[in-house]
Parts: sequence; C-alpha cells; structure tokens
Amino acid sequence: MRTIVIEPEYEAWRAAARQLLAQGVAPEEVLWTDDAQEESLFVREEPAAAAAEQGASAIKVPAAFMDLARSVAAHTDARRWGMLYRVLWRLTRGAERHLLTMATDRDVRQLQDWSKAVGRDIHKMHAFVRFRLVGADAATGREQFVAWFEPEHRIVRLAAPFFEKRFAGMDWSILTPNECAHWDGTRLHFTAGVSRSSAPDEDALDDLWRTYYRNIFNPARVKISAMQSEMPKKYWKNLPEASLIAGLIAESTGRVRGMLETEERAAKPAPNNAYLKSLHAMNQSEAAAQNHESDPA
Amino acid sequence: MMDLTRKLEILADAAKYDASCASSGAARKDSRGGKGVGSTGGMGICHSYTPDGRCVSLMKVLMTNACLYDCHYCINRRSSNVTRARFTPDEVVQLTLDFYKRNYIEGLFLSSGIIRSADHTMELVIEVARKLREVHQFRGYIHLKTIPEASQDLIALAGRYADRISINVELPSQQSLNTLAPEKNLARTESAMGHIRGKIEERHAEKRKPDAPKPPPFATGQSTQMLVGADASTDAVILGCADKLYTSHRLRRVYYSAFSPIPEPSSILPLKAPPLIREHRLYQADWLLRFYDFKVEEIASAADPNLDLALDPKLSWALRNRATFPVDVNRAPRELLLRIPGLGVRNVERILAARRYTRLRLADLVRLRVQMKKLLPFITTADHHPAKLGLDSDSLRARFLPPPEQLEINFDAPPTPATSDFLSVRSGEF
Ligand code: SF4
Repeated sequence: MRTIVIEPEYEAWRAAARQLLAQGVAPEEVLWTDDAQEESLFVREEPAAAAAEQGASAIKVPAAFMDLARSVAAHTDARRWGMLYRVLWRLTRGAERHLLTMATDRDVRQLQDWSKAVGRDIHKMHAFVRFRLVGADAATGREQFVAWFEPEHRIVRLAAPFFEKRFAGMDWSILTPNECAHWDGTRLHFTAGVSRSSAPDEDALDDLWRTYYRNIFNPARVKISAMQSEMPKKYWKNLPEASLIAGLIAESTGRVRGMLETEERAAKPAPNNAYLKSLHAMNQSEAAAQNHESDPA
Repeated sequence: MMDLTRKLEILADAAKYDASCASSGAARKDSRGGKGVGSTGGMGICHSYTPDGRCVSLMKVLMTNACLYDCHYCINRRSSNVTRARFTPDEVVQLTLDFYKRNYIEGLFLSSGIIRSADHTMELVIEVARKLREVHQFRGYIHLKTIPEASQDLIALAGRYADRISINVELPSQQSLNTLAPEKNLARTESAMGHIRGKIEERHAEKRKPDAPKPPPFATGQSTQMLVGADASTDAVILGCADKLYTSHRLRRVYYSAFSPIPEPSSILPLKAPPLIREHRLYQADWLLRFYDFKVEEIASAADPNLDLALDPKLSWALRNRATFPVDVNRAPRELLLRIPGLGVRNVERILAARRYTRLRLADLVRLRVQMKKLLPFITTADHHPAKLGLDSDSLRARFLPPPEQLEINFDAPPTPATSDFLSVRSGEF
C-alpha cells in the first residue's frame, strides 16, 4: 500500500495518476489524500523516474473521462481521487473502454453524481452571484463591480470563464472564502480566498430590484417548496431580494381575498380609435367569410 | 411625473401573467471584444425564484399597460381601472443594463399594451431592443412580444434584434376569443407565426450556405402562451391547438397558463381558483408530445377529452393500454421504452447504452434512480417478471393514488402544486 499526497487539484491528481498507471500500480494499493494535515502521518512517495513518465504518455482515455475527472476533482468528497483512479484503471488496464457508457455501474454512477453536484454548484454560482458597483477606473472609465459568493465546492476556476464572457465590458471581482476571480478587461486571474467583510454589502440598485421582485410575484399561485428546491435557503443571505420572501408569503392570502371580493367591472365601450375600428371591421368580415365557408347551402 | 420605482411596480405587475421566462435556445454570442455586456447560448439561467415557484430569468415588463383591447382575463384591458403607466424606451434600456450588470437577470422580455395602433406599439418595443443592441452593444437575451396585426416589416425588424419572439394565441378557438378577447383573431395570429417561421428558416438556410456572407441575425425561435381555465375548452382542444402550432409553425414552446385571479376582475369572466394541477398535467402532456412520440389522441381523445388530474398522463395511458406491458427493458426498442411510466428520456438512453454490455437487473435500474414503485408493474428485467395478475388487476390504478409527489418529467415550467395550494373561492379560504 502506498499513500499519495497531492494538491487538491485536477492537474495534481492527473500527474500522479499517470505515473501510477505507468508503473502498473493497482487502485487497491493506493491511498490518496489532499489533506496537508494528514501528510505528516505518511511517508511521502517521491515522484517516479522519467522512464515511467514516458510509458505514461501512451495512455489513452476517452475525452469524456477527462471532462468528468476535471469536474469531479472540484468536489469536496475526500474519496474522489481514489474513485477517479479506479475508473481510470478500469478504462485502461481493465480493458473496459466502454465503461463510461454504463450509467448502471456503481463507480461510474458515483463519479456522475459528484460531477452533477459540481455542475449544479457552478450553475447556482452563475445564477446567484450579485455584483455591487464600487466605482470606475480613473484611467479607462470602466465600471468596477465586486461580488461575494460562497460555493459548496472548489468551483471558482470552473465557473469564472462564464463571467468573463458575459461581463467582458466591465471590471469585476468575485470574492469567495476559497479563491477569488478577477477580470480587468484583458486578463482573468485568481487570488487566494478572503473573508466576507472584504466585499460590499449593498448596491444602490438593490431597492429597484426588490421592487421588481415584489411585483413580478403572483400571490394567487404560492408554491414555496418549488422556490426552495431551486433556491435553497443557504443562498438567501447573499441575495438582496430574499429579505422580501417571508412578507410576500404572509400577504398573499389577503391579497387574493381582496381580488375575489372586488366588484366585477363592466366592459367599457370601445374608444374612438381608427386602428380599433379597422380591426373590428376586419374581424367582422373574417367571421362572415367563415360562416359562408361552413354554410352547407 | 410618476417616478421610476412606481412605473416599475405597475409595469412589472402588469407583465406577470406571461408564463414564459425562458432564456435558453439562443445563438451563442458574448461580450468579448465589445464595449458592452451580455452573453447567450447554452442553458438558460434562473437568477432568482419568487414564492410562486417561478423562475426569474428575464426582466419581464410592459412598455405601457394602457391598452385599446378588451381581453377580459387581462388586468390591462381598457375596461380595467388599473393605474396606467408608460416607460420611455431609455428607461427600459437603462433598467435592463443596470439589472444585467448586477447579474440579477439574463435579459429582457418586453411586451406592451396596444396603444394607438399595432405598428405604433411595435415601434416602441423595437426601439428599446435597437438601442440595447446598437447603442449599448448589449448581447444578452431579448424576448420581444409581437402583435400579429403589426406590419411584416416591423415583425421582421423585431426578429433581427431579438433572440426569441412570441405571439400569444391566448385561447385555442376563435369562438372563445370572440367572447373573451374580442379584438384577437386566431387566423391572423397563425398567419403571423407562419411568416415568422419562414424568416427563421430562411436565415437558417442562409447560414448553411458554404461561402455566403454571414446573414444578419434573426431570432432563433418563437413561442406562445395559452390560457387554461378561462374558457370551456377541453384538454383535447388545447393540446390539439398546441400540436398544430408545433407542427405547422415549428414553435419552440407552448406555455400553458392557469387563469389566476387578477385585481380588477371582469363581469364577463368571474374569478376562480387557478387550475394549477390541470396546468401541470398539460405541461406533462406537452412533454409527451414533443419528446416521447405520443399523439394527441393517445393522451386526450374526443371520447375522453380531459386529462386525469390524479395521475400523470403517461401512467394514465399505460393503465389504459395494459396489453402493451410488461415491456422487457433488455430487448424492447427505444420507442417502447419511452412508453414505460416512470422512465424519462435520459434514462431510456442510459438503458440503451448499458444493455449493449450487460443484461439489466433491478439493481441496475435502482442505480439509475428511476421510480421503482411506478416502474415495476410495467417491466421485465433479467431478474424480475411482474405477476400478470398485477397488471390485470383493477387495483393497479388505485396503487398509484394519491398522486405521486415526485414528478416523472422534469421541466422548467411550474412544478406540481400540492392540493393545499388550491383556493377555495366560495368559502374565501386560501
Ligand atoms: S392586448 Fe389584451 S392581453 Fe394584451 S395587454 Fe391588451 S388587454 Fe391585455
């Protein structure tokens, strides 16, 4: 049994896995850890010789595996490195090249579940990041925005390119406890994580946004569980509109009752408008034509 | 002068009855290399959810809620005494950009009450889209509601700036429109849809010519909305209308919107509880039409024109067609696998892929997270043969009642409402 200590990143896992595979080390013989605390408990394996590297360069795996591995690597479950290596082993040494098409396989299913959780976390980051305007660059005049977000997994690098594409025309930083992403119009770069207090709390537009949110809500179709399954409470503290939710729910019954108790309005006659007149004439002649068509005589 | 906050209150409130908020299916574009912001393409993003369970993806507003028409289900109709407001094009442009830059939304859904004439109204709506695209290089999602009576040139122009355009059919028959929306005409709506379809396909064909210059952009899809429960139309009529729109005009989506109470009710259309479960079943049926190769007559026939509210339409079909089952998941062709209650399109694909290498057993299906309870009576696997008795017994339907909590079909439309969500109008209970 050997213990492999790596940085918690896809590239680190990949480099180590290539060597192990080239040396023919079976998955059962490896313990993986990305926990520096644990590291002292084990004797660190020295990287294998260049010869092993050479053998490794011939390893071919389906492209889908690389994508899957990259996303699974961002998950926080400690077992992922070992599971990735086991599937890699089965794909290559195990001659199960079709393995990834087997959604019924236990290992594959597990990797897919992790990947799905990571994908969802990325999606929620794209959705729930809220930028706050902090100023403008004195030289370029570009507006500068800062956001705070708390992802569940290590997804900042995977999620950042989306923001680059969408917000290329403004400068922005997304701060998270784990890692921060920054865009200045030419370069996307990353820095270490920071604390919540580094990010602004509010934006002047938040009130107008809450006005929109309050008014787009339909009190006649309250469905709280549907809202919460897509927007779990853990995100609420960083969403400016979430402070309205309780009040909107509480008022909804009364608002609907008010509608039901409102006296019904009679139809008003059509105003004197040329367009409306032409429309009515058109409708009448079309109705007449239809009647004529269906007239059996 | 009314301030911006007040206008937004009125004009967002006026827009909330449009169910569509989808922002998917646009052509891929982004803001790199430009001066502005915005990107589209790929999966739509719901930036928030309101307590009605609906996604907030686009800023959905009306240009104005003043309207010449008198659609009795609509709060904006001319007979309503609602407070009227009107945005200037610049106000909508600024709001869209401000909201977008904060990542509150991923675009604009702009509609309008009809003022002065169809063309005049269309021009106002188009002006917003033009400014966003041309002055601000906005590359986010734009959905424009169009008016069938507007000139073809204006509808074509709207399509140039928008990612999606839509015209609401509102009700599935002219007869219903005559009573509830006397200004609207189904034939004109359909002819405008046909025209839009032509434009979309024309552009598509241009794009595929090998060395032709890139054609100007045009919306990649059109959608529509039908109101459910405002008139007496059966589900068969509603689905028949939807099916026709999908096949003859290639619509991307038909949205079904349960008629829900509005302030300013009309004497011609008394308020009642929104038929949320019916709306949900219609979405499920719509899914079956589009992705499961079902025909309308199989789901809702002339003899039995309304969907079973207690069971999802696929299960309901299976119970009416027991002779088809059990289906052998290791052998059956794709089209038959798609008919199995509890089995979605994705899992059908997974089964097809996996069974090339293995004979599937129940444990394999469990790992696919299918709803075993629903599935079991209808399938055979290497280690499971349902008792014939089970399939034939009358109690099979009862087994699936009360309605399963979990949805069989995932869609981005409103999810199953619990019975407690029903309004009891008479007693005033909510
Ligand atoms: S045309 Fe009809 S549905 Fe549209 S805003 Fe006017 S009254 Fe409402």
